[in-house]
Amino acid sequence: MTSSDAYISIRNVDKYFGTFQAIDDISMDIAEGEFFSLLGASGCGKTTLLRMLAGFESCSSGEIYIDGQPTSDIPPHRREVNMVFQSYAIFPHLNVADNIAYGLRKQKLPRAKRQEMIDEMLDLIALPGYGKRRANELSGGQRQRIALARALILRPKVLLLDEPLGALDKQLREQMQLELRALQRQVGITFVFVTHDQEEAMTLSDRIAVMAGGRVLQLDTPLGLYENPKSRDIANFIGNMNFFRGVVRRDGSREGAIDVEGLGVIPVPLEQLTRPDGAPVQVALRPEKFTITPDEPETAPRVAGKVRDSAYLGERSHFYIEIPDKEEPVAVSSPNLTRNDRKLAEARTGKPIWLSFSPESIVILDAE
Amino acid sequence: MLHRSDALRGYLLMSPTLLIMLVGIVAPFVILLTMSLWTRSGFEFDTTLTLANYERTWNEPIFGALLKRSFWISGVATAATVILCYPMAYYVAFHVHRNKMMWIILMTLPFWTSYLLRVFAWKVILGYEGVVNSGLIALGFIDEPLGFLLYSQEAVIITLAHAWAAFAILPMYVSLEKIDKSLLEAATDLGDGPAARFLRVTLPLSMPGIIAACFLIFIPTTGDYITPALLGGPDGVMIGNFIQLQFGPANNWPMGATLAIILMLWIAAIAAVFLFVTRLAARRVA
Repeated sequence: MTSSDAYISIRNVDKYFGTFQAIDDISMDIAEGEFFSLLGASGCGKTTLLRMLAGFESCSSGEIYIDGQPTSDIPPHRREVNMVFQSYAIFPHLNVADNIAYGLRKQKLPRAKRQEMIDEMLDLIALPGYGKRRANELSGGQRQRIALARALILRPKVLLLDEPLGALDKQLREQMQLELRALQRQVGITFVFVTHDQEEAMTLSDRIAVMAGGRVLQLDTPLGLYENPKSRDIANFIGNMNFFRGVVRRDGSREGAIDVEGLGVIPVPLEQLTRPDGAPVQVALRPEKFTITPDEPETAPRVAGKVRDSAYLGERSHFYIEIPDKEEPVAVSSPNLTRNDRKLAEARTGKPIWLSFSPESIVILDAE
Repeated sequence: MLHRSDALRGYLLMSPTLLIMLVGIVAPFVILLTMSLWTRSGFEFDTTLTLANYERTWNEPIFGALLKRSFWISGVATAATVILCYPMAYYVAFHVHRNKMMWIILMTLPFWTSYLLRVFAWKVILGYEGVVNSGLIALGFIDEPLGFLLYSQEAVIITLAHAWAAFAILPMYVSLEKIDKSLLEAATDLGDGPAARFLRVTLPLSMPGIIAACFLIFIPTTGDYITPALLGGPDGVMIGNFIQLQFGPANNWPMGATLAIILMLWIAAIAAVFLFVTRLAARRVA
C-alpha cells in the first residue's frame, strides 16, 4: 500500500511505561474501510497501540495521523474515534436506549430525531424494542452489541475493538464474528480489531498485523500470512507447520535446489533462492500440503514413511508420520475424499505409507 | 413439612438478633410511645392516655423553632461534611494506587479518640482566646477576638462536620472504588470532557455512597446534644438539648418522649423526600 491512500498512518511510534518499552518503533498504514486486526499474545503491545489510537495513551515519540490529521494534540473526548471495550463498559445506571444515545448529547438533536437514530441502531444490532431494558437484564452477547451500537451511532472515522468477543462462549463468538464482519461491510467504517485468537483474526480481517514484543512481525492479508510467513514464529502462530533443516545447493546450473533433511533434494527456482550456495535454511511445509498414499506415487518429491499416530476427524484425518533421517514426526492433514482415504485413516501404527508434495508449496525461512 | 422446618431454622438462626431487636428496640419504642401519651402532674405522671403533649408541641412555637433549627444545623453540617469529604474519598479511590487501606486508616485516625475530647478540642481551637483568634491577632488580621466563633451555630456546624467526617468518607469511598474504570474511559471515548463525565457517570454511580453518608450523618446529628451543649451557646441549642432537658431537670418525661417521637417521624419524612428527590435527579442527569 502506498501512504497516499492511508486513512490511519502510524509513523515511527514508540511508547514507554517508565523504562518498559511497550511499543517499539511501529510504522504502518491502514486504509479507509478496512477491517484491520492487531494480533498477538498478551503483552505484545496490541492493546497499547489501540489505546494510543483512541487517545488514552500518548505516543512517547512518533505520530499517528487519522484522515490526514496528526492526533497528538487531540484529547480522547474530541477524537472522532470510538471504542468497543473488552468489558463492554455498558453504563449500569442507564437503560439500553440511553446507553446507545450517550454520545449524542453534544449534538443537541431534537427528541424525535434522537429516537429515530436509536431505533435505527437497535435494528442494526438486531435488538429492536430493547430500548427500555436495564443494563443488568442483558446477556453478554447483547451487551456486546449495545457497546457496538453506542460507538457506531456517532459514525466514527475509526471503530476500535478491544477483544470484544473474548468474553463470549465459543458458539456465540462464532456467530458474532459473522455478524461483526457483515456489520462492518454494511456501515463501511474502518475497524481496528485487537485479538489474541488467530482464527478470529483470519476470519474477520482484510489485513492482520502480527505483533510481539512491541513490534510488528509481519503485516499481511490472512492468505499472505498463512502461505508466506516471514518467520518461524509467524508460521507457528498462524496454523500448524512442519519445519525441516536444509542447505542451499546452487551448482551453477539454471535450477537451484535445497537439500532438505528427510525429504531429499528439492528443486527451487533460482529467483526464490536469494541465499548463496551452502547457506543453511529452514524449510517449512503445512500439514495439508502433503499427499498421503499407500503406494509409491509417481510424482516427485516423495518420501517413504511409517504411521506413528492417526486421528479421524470426519472431514479430514490427522497423521504423525515418521520419516528416515528426521527426529520429530511430520504432521500431515489429509482430506477424507475417497474410500481409500478413509481406509488410510484407520491405519495402524507402523503401517508403511508414502508422502508426496509439490515443490512450490514449501516456504523457505532463515535458519534458526 | 420441609418448608416449615426451613422457616423454623431461619428463625432459629436469627433468634439472637431478633431477641436483641425485641428487647433493645421494639420494647423501648413501645414504652416511649406509651409514655408520650401520658402527662405530667406535679412530680407524678398522669397515665391516662391523651394527645395533650402533641397538641402542645403543635401550638407552642418554641418546639417548631427548635426542630427547624436542629434540621437546619445538621442539614448544613451534613452538606458541608459530604461536600468536603467527597474529594478525599475520590482521591483515594481514583488516584491512590498503593496502600489504599493505610490512607483510609489515616483518615479515620482522629476518630479513635472520644467524641467528647474532640468537641473539647474544638472549644480550644475556636475559643475567645483560642488557637484561631490568637493566631489571627498575632498575624495582625484582627484587633480583638472574633466572638461568633464559639457559642454559635457556626461552632456547632464546624464541630459536627469534623466529628462525622469518617462516616462520610467510608461509604463514599466504597461506592467510588466500585466504579469500573472502563466506564470512565467509555464516557471520555463517547465525547465527555472531565466535567460532563463526572456529572453523567461518576456522580450518579457514587450516589448510593452519598445517600448513605447523608443518612449516617443527618440522622444522628439532628438529635445530638453534646456539641450544642458545649459549643452552641444560646443560639446553638438544638432539639436534643431540649429533649435532654425534659428527661433531666424539667422532669417531664412524657413531653421528652413526645418530642423524641416527633423528631423520629420528621427524620423519617425528610429521609423519604430526600431519597425520592435524589432518585428523580439521578434520572434527570442521565
